[in-house]
This record gives sequence, structure tokens and C-alpha cells, in this order.
Amino acid sequence: MEKKKRELLLQGNEAVAEGALAAGCRFFAGYPITPSTEIAEYLSQKLPQVGGVFVQMEDELASMAAVIGASLAGAKSMTATSGPGFSLMQENIGFACEAEVPCLVVDVMRGGPSTGLPTSPAQGDVMQARWGTHGDHPIIVLCASSVPECFHMTVRAFNLSERFRTPVILLLDEVVAHMREKITLPLPEELEIIDRVRPTVPPEWYIPYEDNASGVPPMAPFGEGYRYHVTGLIHDIRGFPTSRSDEIGPFFQRLFRKISQNFAEIHMSETFEIEDAEITVVAYGSVARSAKRAVLEARQRGIKAGLLKLMTLWPFDRPAVERVARGSRVLLVPEMNMGQISREVKRVNNGVCTVVTLNKVDGTLITPDEILKRITEVYQDERDN
Amino acid sequence: MREITKLIHKYLRHDKKFPHVWCPGCGNGIILGALIRAIDRLGFTKDEIVLVSGIGCSGRLPVYVDFNTLHTTHGRALAFATGIKLAKPELTVIVIMGDGDAMAIGGNHFIHAARRNVDLTAIIFNNSIYGMTGGQYSPTTPYGMRASTAPYMNIEHDFKISELAVTAGAVFVGRGTVYHARLLDSLIEKALLKKGFGIVEVITHCHVQYGRQNKLGSAVDMMKWQRDNAISVEKAEKLSPEEKRGKIIIGVLVDRELPVYQDEYERIKERAKVSTVRGR
Ligand SMILES: Cc1ncc(C[n+]2csc(CCOP(=O)(O)OP(=O)(O)O)c2C)c(N)n1
Repeated sequence: MEKKKRELLLQGNEAVAEGALAAGCRFFAGYPITPSTEIAEYLSQKLPQVGGVFVQMEDELASMAAVIGASLAGAKSMTATSGPGFSLMQENIGFACEAEVPCLVVDVMRGGPSTGLPTSPAQGDVMQARWGTHGDHPIIVLCASSVPECFHMTVRAFNLSERFRTPVILLLDEVVAHMREKITLPLPEELEIIDRVRPTVPPEWYIPYEDNASGVPPMAPFGEGYRYHVTGLIHDIRGFPTSRSDEIGPFFQRLFRKISQNFAEIHMSETFEIEDAEITVVAYGSVARSAKRAVLEARQRGIKAGLLKLMTLWPFDRPAVERVARGSRVLLVPEMNMGQISREVKRVNNGVCTVVTLNKVDGTLITPDEILKRITEVYQDERDN
Repeated sequence: MREITKLIHKYLRHDKKFPHVWCPGCGNGIILGALIRAIDRLGFTKDEIVLVSGIGCSGRLPVYVDFNTLHTTHGRALAFATGIKLAKPELTVIVIMGDGDAMAIGGNHFIHAARRNVDLTAIIFNNSIYGMTGGQYSPTTPYGMRASTAPYMNIEHDFKISELAVTAGAVFVGRGTVYHARLLDSLIEKALLKKGFGIVEVITHCHVQYGRQNKLGSAVDMMKWQRDNAISVEKAEKLSPEEKRGKIIIGVLVDRELPVYQDEYERIKERAKVSTVRGR
């Protein structure tokens, strides 16, 4: 008998929770905060049904710590939060980078800084997601723009975190987290699920942080014979603290290399009508949806517009932006912040074409009309030049 | 080699680059010895034990021993440990913290771990000072004492770690000193056997920071002070509050039964299988 796919009307947050379960997440620790709370509520109901653990911790510092602990014990683990909580998680996110512990942090962006605008959309955490924790470190940050993407990018986020032994941050904005759309959940066998590589050598031979071609050492869960040391101090290949520069240097090189040699696998974006586009909008999150509509309407008015939707924000998708920069006269970067990704676009563009921005931080989303207006203005300017 | 030393050696990581970071005369090694003896006597395998620590001199303990070991961030050890225990309940999770670690930056996690009653054993090294950072006052530095950030005198009042744990809901609370090493062995053993959140507070000396700044003498002098000022729980019961002032009460302060988080959570799993909430 053919299995029936589930068709559901889900909120973005709920789709994240479904995606997590499909990816094999069996541990959630969190602390309630709008606009992310539905993820916790949904998982508090579903995780015990599948033998997983949901725990509400005393704050976000503890949540992030518990997530790392559970992952070290072998469980795929996650938390979800918003700005103020994301700030509190930063120190332990750094621990997960340093000790190379896979886990997922969902940050549903609301207006900030501080308590900010708890129920309004924003995209102000893009740079914090990249550099929120101290010290030099690579990180993977994804951003979803629809309910189906919430599901699929959660699965992908878990896959990337397991594959590269790194925390992955999934950014949503409040619009995407709270809107409801139809989603057809894939059957389990249709999904590619990646699990961390485990050691194949016997415990006596296991060197927990030894380099290999992938730069990702196999990871043994606690309690299965591979007794080793995990620390937030810079460590040697055995996991023991070191202050020897001949061990510190290679550690950092491997940490960065395991991500940088796989940019192509990590980068994900979509394009729309870019072949002959003179103006290409570069957008992410809910703004990318408004942008798509604006591009359609601009085309109806005879303006050759296109869209590059970024889905991987960090490591920054340089090849995708370079491609559209070469083909376009103008890149327009609309964002619900004062210009965080536009700086990266300018850096990568490096003077090839004109880069213009559209920044909005008044607690409301960016509408198709606003983007269309900007496209039209820019188009006129370019023609007059 | 003496039997007792041989036993300790059985559990040390010989591939770790010794010497350790602790100052000569430090009490931390005595606590490490007591912990190893308790684990050995209870017959745990090395694979079953996870040793989790925070940051501080005390936090360096796990790296020396051949268990699953995790050196976390300052104050957060209990929260990491909670994640490990809930994800893999068959492991025995022991948490090592300093007084600053457990009472200042990690104070919130401490009271909530006690309230939540996840099956963890916490050992708190109370040396009344921030050792690792060079002798600043901690939440357990007594009023009137000196520290590098209280050069005139400490005007804050100290937490009583064990009493706080009792109030917050810990099912086992024991206090010992590094002078009373035998008692310490048995307190840790009892705490490990107890299901639920148990703590052992260990009064230890930091003669290098706290001792020097307060002219308390050598490590030996400070251990003699422990000997002369400790009274047992049984003895303390017969004394008036006046007579107990300034004394360290050692022994088992609390040993009680309360529902353990993991057992409760197993019941939630059963419930979740048969009922759906809000029709989802
Ligand atoms: C977030 C953070 N703040 C401050 C520090 C610096 N720090 C390291 S150890 C320590 C105090 C340790 O004192 P205690 O917990 O009493 O342990 P001891 O060293 O005495 O064993 C401090 C403040 C840190 N590592 N992390």
C-alpha cells in the first residue's frame, strides 16, 4: 500500500519542529521567548511521543549548555530563541564551535537591541549570528523564507551540523515564524539524513581531534568506551589543553578548513529571472518573498529585474553574488536592518556594478510595493546616467 | 608504591601532560583522591562515569582522570550535565564546581538543578575565594575577610552552600573538609548512591590566595583550623545556636526521598503515547 503524505497547514515555527523531528532531533532545551515559543511548545508535545527529551531550562545560558551536553551524549539536539535569549547563548555557542559539538540554534529575529520589539519582524541578528560569540571561529547560518523552507532547512541545518561538527544557526524573521502555509511533509525515505561520523577504530586508537582529509574528526558519544576530554580551552589532538603554538595553529587551521573546503556544499541560494536582469534584488527571509513579487511586477512594466534569494547567509555565498554582479547593472539589497548583508554584497561586488540598499527598521515588514518603488527609482537613475 | 597511591594511579590519565596546575599543598588533590576511592569502592566502570566541571582551579580536575570528561564554561557545568544525563540516563554524571562557579555565576543553575532533581552528584570545592583568577572575594568569602578585590575588608555576607542546597530541594546534602578525608570518602559514596540531585560541599583551603591575604598560615595551619572548628551533625544537634557560631557542621545534613526527574519524565513519555494534546 502506498503511504500517504501528510498535508498540513503549519506555522513556520511548527514546520521547524516537524523538520527537527524528521531530521532525528531527540533533545530540545529552551526558555520561552516570543516569537519562537511555538517551537518549544510543539516539541514539548511531540518529543516524548518519539522517546525524545524536552526540558525547559532556567534560562538560555542553561538551555544552550544542556543542548551541548545532550549532543555529547549522542543525541541530535537543538534550542530555539529570539534576540535577548540569543545574546545569552553566545558564550556556549562558542563552546560548541571550539569543542566541535553539533547542534542547532534557531533564532527567530525580532526587533532589537535589548527587549526591542518582541512581536515585530526584523533581520537585525545577521551579524550577531556570524560574530556573536567571541574569538575567531567559522559558523554556518541559514535563513528560511517560507513554511516549507522552515521544514527543509531545519533538516538541512541538522545535516550540516552533524556533517561538519559545528553549531548551525537557523534564522527566521517573525513573519516567517508566524505565518501559516500549506506544506506537504515528505516521507521519511525521501529525506537525506546525515549523522555524525563515529569512530571505527577501537578506543585505544581513538584520537578525538586528529585531523583527516575532511578536517572533521569522528565523534564518539560519551559512555561507549571512548573516554576522552572535551574542553573549551584550545586543545591538542587528544583534547587536552595546550599552549604550544605548534598545536594551536593547526587546530585553528583545521577548524576553518573543514568549512572552507566545503563552501560549495554549504552554500544554498535560489534565483528568479536573473538571465537578462539589469537590476537584481539580493534578499533573504520574508523580504525575499516581497522581492519576488516586486520582480514580477517590474517585469510587467518592462523593467528587467531579477532575484537572488540567499538561503545560506554564512559562510557568505560569494560565488552566487559574484555571478549576479557580473550580469547586472545594479544590485538592490532590501533588509529589515540598517544594512548588514548589503555590506557583504558591496565587499564581494568590489565595484563591479552599483549596489543600492533599502533599509527598514520600523517594526513592519518590507512590502512588494516598497521594493518595486525602489526598483523603479533605481532604473530611472541608471537610465538618466 | 602504597596501595592507596596505586589505586589513584589506576584512574589517572598518564598520557596527559602532567604536572597538574594546582599549587603545592592545595586541597584539590585530596578531593580528587576521595572521589576516586568512592568510585572505585562502588565498582563503577570508567565508561559509566562522566565528570563535568566548570571553570576555576577546581574545574581543571576532570582532565587528569580517565573517565568521560567535560570541562565546560564558568558556572554552567550543571546545565551541561543536565543535558548529558537526560539524553543518556544510564551514565553516572558527577559535577565539579568551585564556590564562585556554583554560587555566583552559576547560582541560578545550582538552585534549579536542586529543584528539578535530575539525578546528578555535585561536588563543590569551597575555598572561600576565586582561586584561579588570583584571590578575589567570592559569595562564600566570610564578612570581614580580605581579598584582592576587598583590600579593606569584605562587606558582603556569605552563602552557606549546603543550607542553600537543602532549601532548594536537594535530596542529599553532605558537608566535609579535606582534613576529614575518611568522612569525605563516605559522603561522596553516599551522594553517588543516592538517586536524585545530591551535593557534597567540601571545605578546602587556598593558602596561596585566601590564606596569604588573611594571614591564616600554611596549608597545614589551615587544615588544623578545619580540624579544630569542625563538629559533626550529631554533636551540633545538641548545641545552642550560640555554641554553633563559627563552627563547620560536617556530615550528612539531608538524606530524603523526592521524585526524580528522569522517572517523572518516563511517565510523561507513557502519557504522550496515549493522549494527544490540542488535537495535533
Ligand atoms: C564568564 C566568565 N567570567 C569570568 C571568568 C574568569 N574566571 C575564571 S575562574 C574564576 C573564578 C573561579 O573561582 P571558583 O569558582 O571559586 O573556583 P576556584 O578557582 O577557587 O577553584 C573566574 C572569575 C570566566 N572564565 N568566565
